[in-house]
Parts: sequence; C-alpha cells; structure tokens
Amino acid sequence: MHNIIIWYGELTSVRSLLKRGLLFLSPGIAWLLVFLVLPGLVLVAVSFASRGSYGELIWSFSFENYSRLAGFGMFGWTADYLTIVWRSIVVAFFTSLISVLLSYPLCFFIAARPERTRFLWLTMLIIPFWTNMVIRSYSWFLILAPELPFAQVAARLGIIPEGSPLYPSVLAVYLGMVSLYLPFVALPLYSSIEKLDWSLVEAAQDLYASRSRIFLHAILPQTLPGLSVGIILTFVPAMGMFVVPDLLGGAKYMLIGNLIQQQFSTSRDWPFGAAISMGLMVLTMGSLYFYRKKSRGGTIL
Amino acid sequence: MKRSGVVISCLALMTMAFLYLPLLAVAFFSVNATKYGLVWKGFTLDWYVKLFSNEVILGAAVNTLELAVISTVISTVLGTILAIGIDRFPWSKRSATSLDMILHLPVVIPDIILAAALVVAFGMLRLVSSWFEPGMLNMVIGHVTFQIAFVALVVRSRLDAVGKDIEEAARDLFASNTYLLRHVTLPLILPGIVAGAMLAFTLSLDDFVISFFTAGTDSVTLPIYIYAAVRRVVTPEIHALSTLVLLATVLLVIGTERVSRRFQQR
Repeated sequence: MHNIIIWYGELTSVRSLLKRGLLFLSPGIAWLLVFLVLPGLVLVAVSFASRGSYGELIWSFSFENYSRLAGFGMFGWTADYLTIVWRSIVVAFFTSLISVLLSYPLCFFIAARPERTRFLWLTMLIIPFWTNMVIRSYSWFLILAPELPFAQVAARLGIIPEGSPLYPSVLAVYLGMVSLYLPFVALPLYSSIEKLDWSLVEAAQDLYASRSRIFLHAILPQTLPGLSVGIILTFVPAMGMFVVPDLLGGAKYMLIGNLIQQQFSTSRDWPFGAAISMGLMVLTMGSLYFYRKKSRGGTIL
Repeated sequence: MKRSGVVISCLALMTMAFLYLPLLAVAFFSVNATKYGLVWKGFTLDWYVKLFSNEVILGAAVNTLELAVISTVISTVLGTILAIGIDRFPWSKRSATSLDMILHLPVVIPDIILAAALVVAFGMLRLVSSWFEPGMLNMVIGHVTFQIAFVALVVRSRLDAVGKDIEEAARDLFASNTYLLRHVTLPLILPGIVAGAMLAFTLSLDDFVISFFTAGTDSVTLPIYIYAAVRRVVTPEIHALSTLVLLATVLLVIGTERVSRRFQQR
C-alpha cells in the first residue's frame, strides 16, 4: 500500500507519516499507559483479591468485596455502605442543583457589568476556583464557630447546645460543598451567558411571555452547553469528595470518598478500597453516559 | 438589552459574599493577637513572623514548589509532544477516538480513583524496587499523570486555532521536518504551551488528593500540612499560612490573566 497524500504541504505516504506520528505519540501515551491505564487495571484486579490479617494482599479471586459493598457481611445484610453510596449521590445532586440556582443570578449580574468592572468580577470568581480546597473547607470552621453570630442564633433557637459550633453537621457539609463547587458551575455557565443572544429574550418579552417561560424557552436552551459542562465538573468530583465531609461532616456523615480513603489509611484494606473505587467509577461513567445522552454534541473542555 | 434587576443583583452579591466570607475570616483571624478562640484581641503580625521560623512549614513550602516545578516541566514536554502527535498526523477515525478517550480519562475520573490506583500500583512496584516508597517520586508521577492530559488539551486547541496555512507555506519553501517543528510549529503554539504549563503548575500547587495518597513523611506539601493541622487544632498560625497561600493564588491568577491577554493581543 502506497497511499500518497499531501499533508500540510508535504508530499508523502500515509505510512511514513504515521510512523513519524507514532514517534510523537509514544512518550506521552507510554506514560499514560504505565501510570494510568496499568494502575487502573491493577486496581480492578485487586478489587477481586482479599485482605490478609496484617493488611497484606491475598490473590484469591472472589466477589467478596463487592458483596460487602452491597451490604452482605458476616452478620447478615446491612444497608450501611449502600446508605453512604446513596448519600454521596444525593449530596452531589443537591450540591450541583444549588450551585446552578446560585450561578444564574451571579452570571447575569457579571454579564451586565460595564466592560471595565466585568473583568474584575470575573477574576473574583476565578480566585475561589483556584483556591486550595483544604483552606476553603476549613475556613467554614471560623464562620460556624460558637463565638460568631450564626452559631449563637442557632443556639438561641435551640438547634444546637449553647457554646458549640455549627459543625460537624449536614448544613456545614452543604455550605462547604456548594462554596467549593459553585465556581465550577458559574465559570462555564458564564461563558454561555456572555454569548447569549438577547434579541431572543426581547422577542419573548414582546410576545408577553411570563418570566418563567422566558427563562425556560429563551435563556435555558442557549446556556445549555455551559450549564452541562458545569454540572459535570461539579457532580462527578462531588461524588468522590472526601475533604469536605471529613472536616465538616464528621464520622456520621461519610461519603464514598471517605470510605475509600479509610480503606487506604486506617483500615488498610486495599481490596475493599479498590472495590469501592470501582463502584465510584461505575457511578462516574453512568453519569457521564447520562450527560452525553442528554446533551448531544457538547464537549467537556 | 442587558440589565440586571435589583433581585438578581442582591442574589449575586450575596453569593459573592458566601464565596468570600470564609476566606476573609481566615485573613481576619490571622492577624488576631490571641492564640485561642475567635474573640478579637488586637492586631498582630506575630503569626506571620512565626511562620518563617517554622522549619516544618518552610520545608513543606519547598516541597510544594519542587513538586510543582518538576511535574510541570515533565508534563509540559510530554503533553506538548503528545498534542502535536495527535493533531498533526492523519490518524484513522478509530485511533483518533481512542486517543481522545485516553486523553480525557484523567480529566473526568474523580481524582480519588486515580489516587487509589496509584497507591495500589506503587505498592506492587515496591516489591521490585524501593524507589517507590511513598515520597516525592511517587508524587511527581501522580501529578504528571493528570497534568499531561490538561497540557495536551490546551496545546491541541492552540494547534487547531493556528491551522495549517503557515506550516504549508513553510513546506512549500522547502522546510525540513526538524526546521518546520523548531522554527514554525513550536513558535506558533508557544502561547498554548505557556498556557498549558501554567495550568499544570496551578493544578499541581492546588492538588491535595493525589499528594495526600502518595506522600511520604518527608515530602509533606502545604495543603497536606494544613489538612493535618486543622484536623488537630486550628491555630492563628495556620490562618496566617492559609492567607499567604491565598495571596499566592491571587497573584498567580492575575499573572495568568496578564500573560494570556498579552498572547491574545499578538
């Protein structure tokens, strides 16, 4: 086969081109194969192994770790692990939803600023995006501390005992999660809102559409590309988050991420940790598939 | 017509306050004169002074930078070559799709899964060589693995934007392969490479999860140090450290904006 083609102005054969191309691909692809794909496969293999009494690996093929994740343990069936999985999905869902609801007004506001200050507002959105998540999570310790008004009001209302902080709590987890992921929704959404064709909105107004109909039919479809990127950037990592629930949720509000982290640290149970990671992987792929089906043609980056 | 009503403005400002209130609180209490509790006892910079005599913290800062610089250099080189390899050769549709998939993999999977996979893989490698004890080498490998994809995606979009005209013209003027790459393609995509490198650098500085899973006792980074510290007790010293990290982030963001603007004007 001598497929002669002209490629970037060069008269050459497909074969010699691809040979050269392979040279370019090989270092990067080799790295990703060795340190991403291979470890991934090892993780799959380990999820079928079992843990020895000192935390060592025993290579015996079984589905024990998966059935344990599904709740079948030594003492019959419990919903403990499945509750954690379900909770992670719920937390990721509401984190995304609240972030979306807050992002729309924020993005409209920024888009309506005059050109000079718009850049400043946008930078103010980018800074939290890049601020370390450990700092962003623990900073809520201060806001929710017993000395500050929020906790004092809650204590006055009898929600928490006098002199105790508002964390760990479900509220604290949501505050941490939403503040962490909001910029991940708002930034892609802003890029869509910036390009919004306002004549469609005006047309809807001229035809006496109600505010909700204007949003649903003139604004939402136009912002869908940015919105779906934002939701994916939030929902997927939020399911695997462990810093926020660890610092703000306490032991009673664990998510999948905490469960995985526990297996690799204190419990030293790699096979079970690997099985939970596989479970998270399935959830990730499932939500990506769902997103692909719902929003055709959009790309993530 | 663009406008934002009172309700929208109020909501937006409240959301901004929600994002910034915790961070401002950290900065505020970093200059508070009392070690315990959150009652204002007067202004002091003592906590900042103390930071610079704390060798553990200085060590962690050095580790963080070392990790970011080394991993950024490796991932920028690998990612750029990879992007050229993907974009500038006539791959069949099928190979292009699988290349695309492997490139997006580290971007979409939750970092904790990559971290878990690396822990297990390094555990296996430790059976062969003691190089893979938890520590800097493992952290660099982990960081490069997720950075490559981001660098390659950024550089590829630049390659796309540049198009093929100039390279074709160079070919017509009998540029050789190496000449073309060195004097035409690379200078053209330099803004993309710089943007990719800055993204990789920021991602590395910002990373907690991958580092946390692969770090050894002598390769603690600042985020790991802060995490370990606040799990025990929150001190104004930690607030001071966090405030400095925050300021560094602000400078980095502004610097990145400046650089990308300058390149856009070209």
